[in-house]
Amino acid sequence: MNESEARSLLEIADDELILGWRDSEWTGIAPLLEEDVAFSSIAQNEIGHARALYELVAGEQGTTADELAFDRAPEEYRCTRLVELRLLDWEKTIARHYLYEQADAARLEQLKQSDDAEIAGLAAKIDREEAYHRMHAQMWFDRLKDEPRFTAALDELRPLLDAGRDEHSPELAELWVEMTMVRRSQPAGTAW
Amino acid sequence: MIYEIFRQERKGQPFHHAGSLEAANHDFAEQYAKEFYGRRGESEALWVVPREAIIEVDEFVDELKRNYHRVDGYSLKEKLRRARERVGSALVARDR
Repeated sequence: MNESEARSLLEIADDELILGWRDSEWTGIAPLLEEDVAFSSIAQNEIGHARALYELVAGEQGTTADELAFDRAPEEYRCTRLVELRLLDWEKTIARHYLYEQADAARLEQLKQSDDAEIAGLAAKIDREEAYHRMHAQMWFDRLKDEPRFTAALDELRPLLDAGRDEHSPELAELWVEMTMVRRSQPAGTAW
Repeated sequence: MIYEIFRQERKGQPFHHAGSLEAANHDFAEQYAKEFYGRRGESEALWVVPREAIIEVDEFVDELKRNYHRVDGYSLKEKLRRARERVGSALVARDR
C-alpha cells in the first residue's frame, strides 16, 4: 500500500464513519418504523466499513483502528463536507444518501481494480453491502424525484461532494466532541 | 400498504408467517423484509405478499350441525369399544 492509497482509504473510512454517525441520528425518529430499522442498519454497515478500512490502514501505519477513528483532531479528518452536516430533514437525508452512494460506487469500483489484493478484496466486500444501500437510495430517489423539496435538496447538497476535504464545517467539530467524549474521558491506554 | 411476510427457515421446509410490515411499494417491502426477517441469516427465503392479495376465509357455516364431518363429532374410540364388545360376545357364544 503506497502513501496515496493509504490516504484515499482514510478518506473513505472517515466518510463512512461520519456518515454512519449522521445516519444513526435517525434511529428512533425515522418517518416510519420499517425505515427506522432499514436506515439504522445502513448506518451500522457504514461504521462497519469504516472499521475495516481503518484496520487496513492501521496495520500499515503501526497504529489501531480506534486511534485512527477517534484520536485525531477534528481538523485532521479527511471526510467530505457532505457527510458532516446534521440533516434532520428526511428529504435532505435521502438526497445526501443518494448523492453519496453514487459517488461511493464510483470510488469503490476503482479500488476493486487495485493491484493490492487486500485493498481490492476489501473494496469488493464493502461493495457487496453497498449494493443494498444503492438499491435503498434508488427506491427513495424514484419515490421522491418529483418532489420539489427533494430536488432542491439535491441541488443544495451536490456541490459539497466536490468541496474538498481540507476545510470542514463547524458541525464536524460538534460531532467529534460527541463521538469521542467517552473515549477522551478515560485515561490513555484504557482497555475497553 | 401492508405486506405479510412468510419465512422459510431451511431449504425444503414450509414457509411460516413471520409478521407484517408497512411499505410504500413492492420494492420497499422487499428491502424492509430483508432487514426484518433475513439479515441475521435466519431465513432461507421469504415470501412478501401484499395483504390485499390474501383471500381470507373465516366463515364455516354448519346450520344442520352435521358434526360427523368433524373429527370431534365422530368418536372412533367409542365405536371401537362397542365393536370389540360385539366380537367378544360373539366369540363367547361360538365357544359354548
